[in-house]
Amino acid sequence: MLKGANTGTPATMRKVSWSVARLYRWMLLAPALFLAAFFVFPIIRVVLRSFSDPAWGLQNYERIMAGGPYLQVLLATIQTAATVTALCLLLAYPVAYVMSRLSGSLLQIAAACVIIPLWTSAVIRSYAWMVVFQRKGILNEALIGAGVLDDAIRFLPGSFAVHVGMVHIMLPFMILPLLANMRAIDRSLLRAAEIMGANPLVAFAKVYFPLSMPGVSAGVALVFMMSLGFFITPALLGGPQHLMAAVLIEQQANVILDWGLASSLATVLLVVTGAMYVVYMRLTGNATGNLKGAL
Amino acid sequence: MAEHGSGLVLDGVTKRYSSVTALQPISIEIAPGEFFSLIGPSGSGKSTLLGAIAGFIPPSAGRILIDGRDIVDIPPYRRNIGMVFQNYALFPHLTVFENVAFALRLRKLSKAEVTEKTQRMLDVIRLSGMGERRISELSGGQQQRVALARAAVYDPRILLMDEPLGALDKNLREEMQYEIKAFHNKIAATIIYVTHDQEEAAAMSDRIAIMKDGEIVQHGKPRELYEHPRNIFVASFLGDANIFKIHDAKPDARHMKLDIGEGLSLSAPGDVASASRHYVCVRPESIAVGAPGAFNGAAGQNVLPGIIADVVYTAGTIRCRVKLADEAVVTARLPFQRNAAFFATGDQVDVRWALTDTLLIPEET
Repeated sequence: MLKGANTGTPATMRKVSWSVARLYRWMLLAPALFLAAFFVFPIIRVVLRSFSDPAWGLQNYERIMAGGPYLQVLLATIQTAATVTALCLLLAYPVAYVMSRLSGSLLQIAAACVIIPLWTSAVIRSYAWMVVFQRKGILNEALIGAGVLDDAIRFLPGSFAVHVGMVHIMLPFMILPLLANMRAIDRSLLRAAEIMGANPLVAFAKVYFPLSMPGVSAGVALVFMMSLGFFITPALLGGPQHLMAAVLIEQQANVILDWGLASSLATVLLVVTGAMYVVYMRLTGNATGNLKGAL
Repeated sequence: MAEHGSGLVLDGVTKRYSSVTALQPISIEIAPGEFFSLIGPSGSGKSTLLGAIAGFIPPSAGRILIDGRDIVDIPPYRRNIGMVFQNYALFPHLTVFENVAFALRLRKLSKAEVTEKTQRMLDVIRLSGMGERRISELSGGQQQRVALARAAVYDPRILLMDEPLGALDKNLREEMQYEIKAFHNKIAATIIYVTHDQEEAAAMSDRIAIMKDGEIVQHGKPRELYEHPRNIFVASFLGDANIFKIHDAKPDARHMKLDIGEGLSLSAPGDVASASRHYVCVRPESIAVGAPGAFNGAAGQNVLPGIIADVVYTAGTIRCRVKLADEAVVTARLPFQRNAAFFATGDQVDVRWALTDTLLIPEET
């Protein structure tokens, strides 16, 4: 009887929890339908259009690969995204490190400084950078006033302004994953390294930095993928001098009205971003895969 | 491996935070190769003292001497001390082998030497086949052993252990006590062991220091502390104790008569003067329980009537509480006897203990 009672309880519990889980699954239906109608379907349309406008075939892709300005813009986009990601990592790592050691109200203030800019639209923040970078803007005035420059530099539109603006907007997306990761790193591991003979620098290099890698890879993936398709800041600060893929696509679609080429450029960008994501999943997946593989 | 560890001398080591004194001046000498335990309730300063020896907590005053050299100004990474942390602090991104080899690699040993020493240490902790495993794949006991090996592989002068068994369940904890003891014999290091478990400390240590409020209240061999506690705190912290307040003491033939309140009186050796500001302490294992009248005529004994309050069978012993009066309850611990009937709650009994087991212990000062 006791045995029966023992086996009975978990079985019913499992049944209940399973049926609850099945119920919960139906709650995904509405968002799935929404995504299918307004995201998946248009994307399929775009991909199809890249092969069918103006006629069926690969002519749009041939135009991109022909080596003209289109391929150049795509490569420049990848390069810009990579540079912005690297700069974000360099700036964010020390910030996240210091923040991870704060507590109480100091931490809240620091977190607010990181998060509040996210509440302001990227359009407004990009316009703010235009004010800074204008010919008679704050930066030029200050540099001339300090005697560093004789004549104003033309920052706008240009590559420098795009990089500064993008780094500024992407920074929180690098800091937050790093911070989440660093706060979970056990400080006693550093003490352990120190007592075994590692000076603070060596302890950082051999223990802290490797343990912060999950945060680094999450931040890098997030910022890099967001930067690849970033539109508003390059559009406002870059102009034709620093054309990025999203801006080029918008021009093809809305100004030149070459929807076929715009679709194929969008498809290439989508494939590149998807490929980056696959690489990221492979890298981080391997990190946990090793744990099982070592058995 | 080292012949023996280093001697450690604490000379007036003090730690003050702005308003709190975490460590009163502490002075003690620990001999090379000694297994020395620091015990005490949480907040008594034992971990602070360990942190000061390791170098993580700079003392406000005092000297810490290893082999006669003051190390207070030397950073942790140049002290050549080993430490086992409460949560083990094993590196999750490294394998078992890499964890144990960590300190050796920092010491720039040749690859062959690193492999040889690490492998030998893995043999000692019986994990030779598991060098390539990740830490997360090990059981709690195995992690504990890796932590030991990692802290001892570089022959540190002193091995500090901060509640290393706190996270293990009871059976494993007892097994690991033997392991650590055997390990201590094998590596012959000086070990300073922090625990809040007095049984653990008594089972493993050459000497124990009992801490309270940032001070060492008493130190000595486990048996010394148990038999001659310096005050009521030590008596009750180390093992169980029945403690009675003395209300009045009168001379009585060769002994004295102690009034412990509620109309109860005891005999104890000694003179009346020694009873002032003292308590009576009787260890549970000194007490016998019998039917009423069973102890009549026994000389040199305290015999008191009472009622069984409860009886608990634990592995190998019977622990029973006997109510002598409203407030006065004594706990007796008796060996368990197979098939022998024992009293039940509510039974009238007599309790008895020898006058020589009636200890007079000063109150805390």
